Amino acid sequence: MSSSPSLNTWSDALSGFTIGGFPLGLIIVAAIPLVFIALYALTYGVYGERKFSAFMQDRLGPMEVGPWGILQTLADILKLLQKEDIVPTVADKFLFVIGPLIMFVGSFLAFAVLPFGPAFIGADLNVGLFYAVGIVALEVVGILASGWGSNNKWALYGAIRSVAQIVSYEIPASIALLCGAMMAGSLSMQHFNVVQSGPYGFMHFFLFRNPIAWLPFIIYFIASLAENNRAPFDIPEAESELVAGFFTEYTGMKFAMFFLAEYGSMFMVSAVLSIVFLGGWASPLPNIGGLALNTMTSGPVWGAIWIILKGFFFIFVQMWLRWTLPRLRVDQLMYLCWKVLTPFAFIAFVLTAVWEIYM
Amino acid sequence: MNELTIAIIFYIFAAVTVVSAAVVVFSKNVIYSAFSLLFTFFGVAALYVFLSADFIAVTQIVVYVGGILVLLLFGVMFTNTIMSTDLKADVLHFIPGVVLTVLLIVGMLYAFYTTGDWMPGHIQLSGSVVERIGIETMSRYMLPFEMASILLLVALIGAAYLARYDKANKKEH
Repeated sequence: MSSSPSLNTWSDALSGFTIGGFPLGLIIVAAIPLVFIALYALTYGVYGERKFSAFMQDRLGPMEVGPWGILQTLADILKLLQKEDIVPTVADKFLFVIGPLIMFVGSFLAFAVLPFGPAFIGADLNVGLFYAVGIVALEVVGILASGWGSNNKWALYGAIRSVAQIVSYEIPASIALLCGAMMAGSLSMQHFNVVQSGPYGFMHFFLFRNPIAWLPFIIYFIASLAENNRAPFDIPEAESELVAGFFTEYTGMKFAMFFLAEYGSMFMVSAVLSIVFLGGWASPLPNIGGLALNTMTSGPVWGAIWIILKGFFFIFVQMWLRWTLPRLRVDQLMYLCWKVLTPFAFIAFVLTAVWEIYM
Repeated sequence: MNELTIAIIFYIFAAVTVVSAAVVVFSKNVIYSAFSLLFTFFGVAALYVFLSADFIAVTQIVVYVGGILVLLLFGVMFTNTIMSTDLKADVLHFIPGVVLTVLLIVGMLYAFYTTGDWMPGHIQLSGSVVERIGIETMSRYMLPFEMASILLLVALIGAAYLARYDKANKKEH
């Protein structure tokens, strides 16, 4: 499986595809993650989250439009498209408009290095993981632009809280991911998957190969919740204190943009978590004697299914936490980041380094 | 990717860099200047990619966009009279300015042409640059690397000292 010649074959073939000198293939490669975000945000993201929250609170959720309410999301899109596009008169018009755009672009750019299976990746950079962590900076600027552009004190406070939170939690998140990078010996996203795939399935995953790996795994999961402003860290959009945070003034499609960006980064951090610690597109099923479960469930199509399933599982955990945990206070948030997660991330870093050198 | 596509993408990024840098300088609104810097930093990062320096490109985004630009925006947003202060973006001392600019350009072009074949790279890059950067940092450039870390530590302690809560006077500095 490792050093398989079929690595990146689909995306390489696509990016070489041109019509009359026009590089149509490059645009298709970029469009595939975009279509994926839109489809998954509409089905699993919006409808799934509403249903999960309903079941967790012992109610039914959307039931009116279509059977079990499955057409509810389509009705919502129609509503969002028809809404009047309101720009407040005292808002800074330019920043108000580009804020959600920058934010969505920042969330979408990270998908360039996300491998959808062994045969498809936007760009197999040798700094892939570093890029995926660093490009979040663009989202931060988008949040500040929309918060300032709204010219609303709640929006500005929401934006500043959000940025302070994202910038702080980047530190434990990056150190936790560095532990994974040390185990893989590379920053390339495809390399992570290749070294974690093998005939024994999940036994090759870093989480099960190293006795300390659970610590950076948990630290990165907690920090990624905070980076996405998900509960219990949804202080920037705390509706009881700040109306709705930095997107208070937005309506219609601009509001939908924030949601797409949030669901995009939710999938991205879940995928990064599964790539770095749980083998990404590698199949978790082991070969048991003559029953070659791993060989049967490997390959380009199975790879795409595995990585999407693993991503969806962590998104489910994020939704689950959202409806079970209360929100933290701002000081508790900073305490958790600087006095709990960061020292433990350093401990995990040193222990992983020792383990990698001597074991 | 063929040559034409690469050339077109290069010129798009070059235009983005130059135009946004011009907005940073000429805008009278300091917020617009700050947000325009985002595009300048991004364009420069893209130009690094064209020089096959992906690691430096990503570092540029992490350090300049994620660190410096956010800090700058925070500073601008927390300053009280920021929107009422007019920035001076007028042209003063026209003739000395032109003379200086021409001299600078001539000097740079002279350096470019006399230094000789600075354009084509002699060493073809192959494989991952990250590992080589790591090895060089930990071997040949060990001393500068450690000096930079001490400098940053001093800055960090200084910032913490200035911002700390003053117990004697019961107020923050």
